[in-house]
Amino acid sequence: MHEEAHVMSTRMYYGIWITLMVLTVVTAAVSFIDLGPFNTVVALCIATVKALLVVLFFMHVKYASEKLTKLVIASAIFFLILLLSLSMIDYLTRYLA
Amino acid sequence: MSNSAVETDSHAAHGPELLHHFVTAEQQRNTASLAMWLFLATEVMFFGGMFCAYLIYRYWYYNEFAAGSRSLNIWLGTVNTVVLIGSSLTVALGVRAAQMGKRKLLVVLLLLTLLLGLVFLGVKGVEWHDKYVEHHIPGASFSVADLVREYPQLHIDQSHAQIFFSLYFAMTGMHALHMVIGVGLFIYLTIKAWKGTYGPQYYTPVELGGLYWHFVDIIWIYLFPLLYLIDRKPLK
Repeated sequence: MHEEAHVMSTRMYYGIWITLMVLTVVTAAVSFIDLGPFNTVVALCIATVKALLVVLFFMHVKYASEKLTKLVIASAIFFLILLLSLSMIDYLTRYLA
Repeated sequence: MSNSAVETDSHAAHGPELLHHFVTAEQQRNTASLAMWLFLATEVMFFGGMFCAYLIYRYWYYNEFAAGSRSLNIWLGTVNTVVLIGSSLTVALGVRAAQMGKRKLLVVLLLLTLLLGLVFLGVKGVEWHDKYVEHHIPGASFSVADLVREYPQLHIDQSHAQIFFSLYFAMTGMHALHMVIGVGLFIYLTIKAWKGTYGPQYYTPVELGGLYWHFVDIIWIYLFPLLYLIDRKPLK
């Protein structure tokens, strides 16, 4: 534990930014190609990778956060998935019979 | 009294920004950061409700969602994504400048962030105006006759299409409101930064403002594919 904050190099910030730019162009371009149901899957996977990059590096969760902060983030994601998945389990299975 | 001696010592050891109930500046920073993350967790739930409504209606009325998505301007959407991610970079570099005590660099980066945020809102305004001209704003004058003509193979139902555009305006509207609040926060941060309030010992407001800005960026990272990229492949 040290007093001064963890300062990351500008090179890494620029690297993350370029990756985010490339992923933005890729997701827009891929949407014009017919992948069947996988268009949505690819778009959401790219969005999740982008969100993870922002959370881990721009929001300093990877190098400079407490376990308690990580727990709050994990539980927020857990409850969001709970909200979305339980709702969809209902709607997706309503007309099976 | 030994107590006052300790008090005097602890005052000498740190600046006025460290509150008495914290042992170290790092502990104070971590506490503030945790509280910000708790707030952001409530924001995840807030937007989560809209994402859930979106998911259900998209499942029910996929064709109308596909047609509505095609009617959005993908170029302006992509440009706005680039602009917002660029503003996240300037924020991240700004927090770094504050950590290193570079006052002028911090002010410049905060001003750049504000500029990019305003560009985003301006582009959003242009897009909303396009929707107004096309009668795609839900309400009395709502009409998707143009989309029905353009995509006969999708068999578009006008009332189902209205649900897509209601969600489009609710989600981009709430996102834009968060951007407006962010712009307000960053004007405050810029003024304080100019006055030299922030440095290596105290930059918590910049860090927390940054967390908020990045969060709003993440919401847009999901809104962009969910609204603009539902179905862009060539129609058979």
